[in-house]
Amino acid sequence: MRKVIVEKKILVANEEFANKNREFLTAKKLPCLNVISSPGSGKTTILAKTIEALKGKVRIGVIEGDIQTDIDARRIRKTGAPACQINTEGACHLSAAQVSFALHKLPVDTLDLIFIENVGNLVCPSALDLGETAKIAVLSTPEGDDKPAKYPAIFARAAVVLINKIDLLAAGDFNIEKAGADVFKINKKAKIFPVSAKTGQGMSAWCDWLEEMAAKKEIPA
Amino acid sequence: MHEAAIAQSLLDAILTEAQSQPGKPVAAKISCGAFSALNNEVLCFAFEAISKGTPCEGLKLDIEQKPIQAKCKKCGETFVFDLHRPVCTKCQCEEFELLPDAPLLLNEIEFDEK
Repeated sequence: MRKVIVEKKILVANEEFANKNREFLTAKKLPCLNVISSPGSGKTTILAKTIEALKGKVRIGVIEGDIQTDIDARRIRKTGAPACQINTEGACHLSAAQVSFALHKLPVDTLDLIFIENVGNLVCPSALDLGETAKIAVLSTPEGDDKPAKYPAIFARAAVVLINKIDLLAAGDFNIEKAGADVFKINKKAKIFPVSAKTGQGMSAWCDWLEEMAAKKEIPA
Repeated sequence: MHEAAIAQSLLDAILTEAQSQPGKPVAAKISCGAFSALNNEVLCFAFEAISKGTPCEGLKLDIEQKPIQAKCKKCGETFVFDLHRPVCTKCQCEEFELLPDAPLLLNEIEFDEK
């Protein structure tokens, strides 16, 4: 038996693409936000409403990741924004190579900001670097306020946590303070925006943050 | 949940390394951070399935999960972060920053030269 010390990164192929994406986005001065949540938390609705709210102020393009179908890309295109659909054909997350492909499909020179809507999954997408500027976590109130404690990886890495569907707060027992406190335990820098994409409540604070991000080309302090 | 994709990348990495080494790869040590969302049993199962018919068939995987480290902003102590008790282990304060998660690494391969 002979042992060979290797010490090499296993996800080196993904990392190379992630670094290329980062370089590309930096050269184009394009902030890119990787949106991660469980299925059904309202990611696409948030993006569609955000695009509408920022029309004429921030030009947004979207990379849509789903296991199957182009339903989400079509929803985004209805707002007038360009969208590129990636089907992962079973994979539970987007890879940096898929994002690289999509970045070259979008009219990046006419955009101020790019959203990546990752495959609905609160676990795996958080572990893969796509070369994004920041990660955005979405948690909807019907999912329960225990999610930041149960799925710390994504909440520890997110620059923003959107608590969506606050219009349903009265129907459940979601405690925004508890969820927020659990996020701050592991992520002191996180910005938390309670919103309802459906009614528009709270959306202006989130859109202001995005406007600042698009202007500064970096994560607002 | 994404262990199958990781298993494929791991298999590729070991096979690439094995090309320049005599013998059959029989064991490998890998390590990852606790936020990698990797389950040891699932990764071993996925690797076993994916390596069938390759020189890595039957290879034993040893996976080390590295805990999350944090650094205290007040006293400077670096400590293992405990989700159930998120305070600095030295000065007990809550002013700390989580350090980057350990990367997913292929640390070592064992070759049988018989």
